[in-house]
Amino acid sequence: MLIRIDIEKCTGCGTCVSVCPFAAIIIKEDKAFITEACTLCGACVESCPENAIIDERGKEGTKAEEFKGVWIFAEQSRGKIASVAYELLGIGRKLADELKSELCAVLFGPSDEVEELIKWGADKVYYVNSQDYTYLDDELYSKTLINLIEQYKPEILLAGATAIGRSFIPRVAARLKVGLTADCTGLEIDRETGNLLQIRPAFGGNIMATIVSPTSRPQIATVRPRVMKRGEYKSDRTGEIINISPLKLKGRIKVLERVEDTSFCKVNLQDAKVIVSGGRGLGSPEAFSILWELASLLGGTVGASRAAVDEGWIPYAHQVGQTGKTVCPKLYIACGISGAVQHLVGMQSSDIIVAINKDPNAPIFNVATYGIVGDLKIILPLMIKKLQEGVSE
Amino acid sequence: MNIIVCVKQVPDVTEVRIDPKTNTLIREGVPSIMNPYDLHAVEAGLQLKDKVGGKVTVITMGPPQAEEVLREAISMGVDDAILLTDKRFAGADTWATAYTLSKAAKKLGFDLIICGKQAIDGDTAQVGPEMAEFLDIPHVSYVRSIDSVSDSEMVIERLMDDCYEKIALTLPALITVVKELNTPRPPSIRGKMAAKKANIPRWNADDIEAEEENIGLKGSPTMVKNIFAPPPRGERRILDGTPEEQVETLIRELRRLRCL
Ligand SMILES: Cc1cc2nc3c(=O)[nH]c(=O)nc-3n(C[C@H](O)[C@H](O)[C@H](O)COP(=O)(O)OP(=O)(O)OC[C@H]3O[C@@H](n4cnc5c(N)ncnc54)[C@H](O)[C@@H]3O)c2cc1C
Ligand SMILES: Nc1ncnc2c1ncn2[C@@H]1O[C@H](COP(=O)(O)O)[C@@H](O)[C@H]1O
Repeated sequence: MLIRIDIEKCTGCGTCVSVCPFAAIIIKEDKAFITEACTLCGACVESCPENAIIDERGKEGTKAEEFKGVWIFAEQSRGKIASVAYELLGIGRKLADELKSELCAVLFGPSDEVEELIKWGADKVYYVNSQDYTYLDDELYSKTLINLIEQYKPEILLAGATAIGRSFIPRVAARLKVGLTADCTGLEIDRETGNLLQIRPAFGGNIMATIVSPTSRPQIATVRPRVMKRGEYKSDRTGEIINISPLKLKGRIKVLERVEDTSFCKVNLQDAKVIVSGGRGLGSPEAFSILWELASLLGGTVGASRAAVDEGWIPYAHQVGQTGKTVCPKLYIACGISGAVQHLVGMQSSDIIVAINKDPNAPIFNVATYGIVGDLKIILPLMIKKLQEGVSE
Repeated sequence: MNIIVCVKQVPDVTEVRIDPKTNTLIREGVPSIMNPYDLHAVEAGLQLKDKVGGKVTVITMGPPQAEEVLREAISMGVDDAILLTDKRFAGADTWATAYTLSKAAKKLGFDLIICGKQAIDGDTAQVGPEMAEFLDIPHVSYVRSIDSVSDSEMVIERLMDDCYEKIALTLPALITVVKELNTPRPPSIRGKMAAKKANIPRWNADDIEAEEENIGLKGSPTMVKNIFAPPPRGERRILDGTPEEQVETLIRELRRLRCL
């Protein structure tokens, strides 16, 4: 066993039992006992007041010194660089400065915005300017990135926790046998070890975990959009653009068509600063048009609870929650949504939450920065009117 | 068509909580369920089989009790189930999990592997794509529709953040599926009987010729350093007054916070 209980020291207090995320510790005859369900996650080790849990998970020597520099993957869609790329440059710059190393961006596919990456903080850009990279081809993207990593050996690689990043980055980690942490909301350097501390929600956001990849390099993480702040934009910042020749693979997938029906264009929930969301309380599909009106006044988009999607009032792409999208806009306005936990796990990390519900006991009010107990059919039109008129300061 | 579906047993996360005072998990009475996305993966496998014939095998890696989710899949109508269980698998992160599952898939042989988009306990969405890399096959994530299938190719739709894409995919391949793809069928009575009677083979590390340094804790590059409760949400305020007043206060507050 790599984690074991020192029976002499154990007092059977049970602290470890409640800490264990996998129900793998039981108390037997007043001593803690680790069962088969143990995944060796180590959560119990620090919790023990008696220091009776012994962690023997070995740390193999690394060749960490060979790896230098912080890289970010800058994804593009139709040539436009995604805003998460600039957020990655913001956090990447901080990490690179702390490690006294350089910050590089990797860009696949043609884009007019390459220079922008430098102005937002990159020292270098590795750029594959080829039409073959216009759409995500997981094998092509991952093989190209693997080659670059093997050649230049970065210490840290960050990508957006987006459809693109979460799809192809795992292949890179698998091939290189390195640690990959999904959907991080916080990144720090551990002062003692120099390891990247990767902080992320787990169990639907009900708990947070700090993940480290102590023995492998690069340390790779995907980072949740809209969490990290952009860095400083300097229009006179200079850097180097290094052209990388495209790989020629015998493509095993082919994107035949990109379909952007209009509802989809407006649904980019992950990127939206403002989301106005509707639930069963809206009562009808027509009521969603009020939400659209409010959303467009606020420069945002429209979300929905599962109940509203199940009613067929709005497509699934709008669904927020456990089986829909996880969002964290600056402002989330929940209209006629009760706040079931499956909905909350998808939106509770929004900066500001406004709830409009006629039931004062609706659980949505437990997470709402501002709550209005009232009928949305009255409140929403009033809000639109007041926003159009402008409310005095 | 020879189809493998990967399913995982997970705690029902909506019931997992942390006690803010003690920083410990409250999980009294938290039930185990089949990962909700994996129900859609099973359904996708069954529908493909109905269409083109063949066989659907479900696999899971987990402790002995993970057998429950395999029986659930059998009750829905899958042909075979394999439980990958071994003390040496314990402590696996996504890398070691994907390695182990891919070894089993190699042993079984397949035309198509179907995974859920992500497992709701870790929400990583990494195991599927990682398996594809280990098996050196193409993959497509977030499949929301399967338009056509032949022996050597599928045409499917992939849900992206701002659009969807129609994709031709060469087989053998791996896909991960979203909920929009289908509605999982309920267990049938015959299925339930079969599930009860089924003798589910158990494979350990040796059975799949997995190398010790690639499985379980040893094979896992990532480590959980600690867990803690999410930071509590800031102030909460119920706005009072007439609807007019409520709305005006709200707009003023949102302006103050530079939200508008
Ligand atoms: C496995 C699983 C996964 C799930 N995944 C998700 C998910 O991803 N996303 C999700 O949202 N849900 C999900 N759910 C469903 C979830 O449990 C709830 O059923 C759902 O969120 C309820 O939606 P609702 O709040 O719109 O509807 P309801 O719970 O019916 O609430 C409607 C609310 O509207 C209020 N209301 C009614 N009329 C008015 C009015 N005129 N003015 C103001 N307020 C009004 C009512 O007071 C009520 O609070 C999932 C459930 C399960 C079991
Ligand atoms: N232990 C496991 N056994 C079988 N399948 C798994 C296991 N872990 C993950 N999967 C599959 O991989 C998908 C993604 O899981 P994850 O990467 O953990 O979010 C799940 O929906 C399953 O289909």
